Amino acid sequence: MRDYILETEGLTKEFRGFVAVSDVGLRIRRGTIHGLIGPNGAGKTTCFNLLTKFMQPSRGVIRYDGRDITPMKPAEVARLGLVRSFQISAVFPHLTVLENVRVALQRERGGSYDFWRSDAVLRRYDDRAMELLADVGLSVYAQAPAGTLPYGRKRALEIATTLALDPNLMLLDEPTAGMTHEDVDRIVALVRRVAQGRTVLMVEHNLKVVEGLCDTITVLTRGRVLAEGPYAEVSRNPEVVAAYLGSDPSVSGGSQGEVAAHA
Amino acid sequence: MASATTAPPGVPAAGIPPVATHQGYFGFTRAQGIALLIMVAALIACPYFLYPQFLMKLLCFALFACAFNLLIGYVGLLSFGHAAYFGMGSYVAAHAAKVWGLTPELAILLGGVTGAGLGLVFGWIAIRRQGIYFAMITLALAQMIYFVCVQVPFTHGEDGIQAIPRGAFLGLIDLRADMSLYWFIAGLFLLGFLLIHRVINSPFGQVLTAIRENEPRATSLGYRTDDYKLVAFVLSAGIAGIAGGAKAITVGIATLTDVHWAMSGEVVLMTLLGGLGTLFGPVIGAAAVVGMQTYLAPFGAWVTVIQGCIFVLCVLAFRAGIVGELARMLRVKL
Ligand SMILES: Nc1ncnc2c1ncn2[C@@H]1O[C@H](COP(=O)(O)OP(=O)(O)OP(=O)(O)O)[C@@H](O)[C@H]1O
Ligand SMILES: [Mg+2]
Repeated sequence: MRDYILETEGLTKEFRGFVAVSDVGLRIRRGTIHGLIGPNGAGKTTCFNLLTKFMQPSRGVIRYDGRDITPMKPAEVARLGLVRSFQISAVFPHLTVLENVRVALQRERGGSYDFWRSDAVLRRYDDRAMELLADVGLSVYAQAPAGTLPYGRKRALEIATTLALDPNLMLLDEPTAGMTHEDVDRIVALVRRVAQGRTVLMVEHNLKVVEGLCDTITVLTRGRVLAEGPYAEVSRNPEVVAAYLGSDPSVSGGSQGEVAAHA
Repeated sequence: MASATTAPPGVPAAGIPPVATHQGYFGFTRAQGIALLIMVAALIACPYFLYPQFLMKLLCFALFACAFNLLIGYVGLLSFGHAAYFGMGSYVAAHAAKVWGLTPELAILLGGVTGAGLGLVFGWIAIRRQGIYFAMITLALAQMIYFVCVQVPFTHGEDGIQAIPRGAFLGLIDLRADMSLYWFIAGLFLLGFLLIHRVINSPFGQVLTAIRENEPRATSLGYRTDDYKLVAFVLSAGIAGIAGGAKAITVGIATLTDVHWAMSGEVVLMTLLGGLGTLFGPVIGAAAVVGMQTYLAPFGAWVTVIQGCIFVLCVLAFRAGIVGELARMLRVKL
């Protein structure tokens, strides 16, 4: 087996002359939790869009599991087990919470083009869906329309839906943003648990979460990789401290807190 | 089981909406089941009170509106050229019944196949565009069909195809009597209606809903959303073609009116009036529009004006349409 599940070379994205992602070479080691951090507008979400093929890179190559996925379509990439969540919570608001997860589980059938069959056949996924909901503490909401959930729980639902696909590589874009402390703790525990047997790449502003979870982090500023390595090491890098962490002593100490810009 | 887990602390019990685990019978909710029974009762009773000719026309348009609603209400695609599928279905069924002497059910089926085939090509071209561009492309393609229909000989230009024989159902049951034809058309409508209901409540329909709700998310789950939209488009166009064919057999003529853009507008009107995204809305909307056109006919050109005023009123007063508002008042799904 290859060491790296995902590798990019010279990944670049330009928007009408503005370079949002510039010559990024990422290497995500299999079975690890990899953090992608950086100030607002650094290009983290754009990176996610490129890796999952929601956007076509201007230049560069993306290799997933040793295979060049650069020319692929986003749905194809998802089928290979590279599944993302979204920064702005993405649920199906008028479907119930249970149905949200079931739509993902339903992928197991392959394409669901059978318009002549009753959706009662989907009930066989109910038990598995309830298990996933229990994992993220949403059991009691199973029959509620997803749109009625409070924000933090929508994020939890999104993670459950992503997990339903049993991805090899899971891309989480700020999974704890907008959550209360208890919710954050639960998500951290959840990510740690589900990361067993898979790889996670996550964008996260809460450095405490990053420190607690990530094996390796990559710091992005203005579309470029500034530093890469274990959290303890990178957070001591003076360039990183200057460019990203600012002069906030609590952060440069590597202990806790959100970056001032996000407070 | 997992559902037995207790509420985590801080979850207000009142915040949990009512449980709706049962999908009732055959995917109909209780309210929908009752509405269906009422509709079937009306189908049986109405021809004894109202003109069968009027009712049959109404049912053809109702089926057309239901087909259109499948796209806009359940996939969120506004096709502004559905007259093309309805009108071509009408012409082909007319031609098949009159020139080739096909039995009515085969002629109508051929109309449906025509609609679906055309839908496959046009849908394939249009589906990549989003929002208003999708509506404009479908309109442009439908206009093209209109001009083709004006030019080619088989449509007989301004005259249209006239004196289309009703024939005999399966070659056995003579449909020349209005009542016989009525039962045939009513049965066809009900089949189409149930088919659409099934499409919406199928594994496929579940994916369609997901796409309507959040397309990028559906993509990220590995669904090729364009393919699903295209299948829905073909189904919708096919059923529109069947409705057009049924209309040709019912009224006995197929004309340029059937492919005109005004027909595309009319089906939008019916669907919005009745309630977009509701199962019964398009039927009620079609009844309202066809009813107005028939019973306001003495007012001549004023019909259009009255229709316009009612439409504006409806849009202002009840946005969700007649059935949509009713459903909201009763807190049920219709
Ligand atoms: N579709 C687009 N068209 C033009 N510019 C874009 C587009 N998407 C992103 N950008 C620009 O690219 C830059 C990077 O944006 P991106 O969303 O990737 O940042 P980010 O690191 O995710 O920031 P945040 O922490 O705020 O989520 C920003 O300056 C943004 O304005
Ligand atoms: Mg972002």
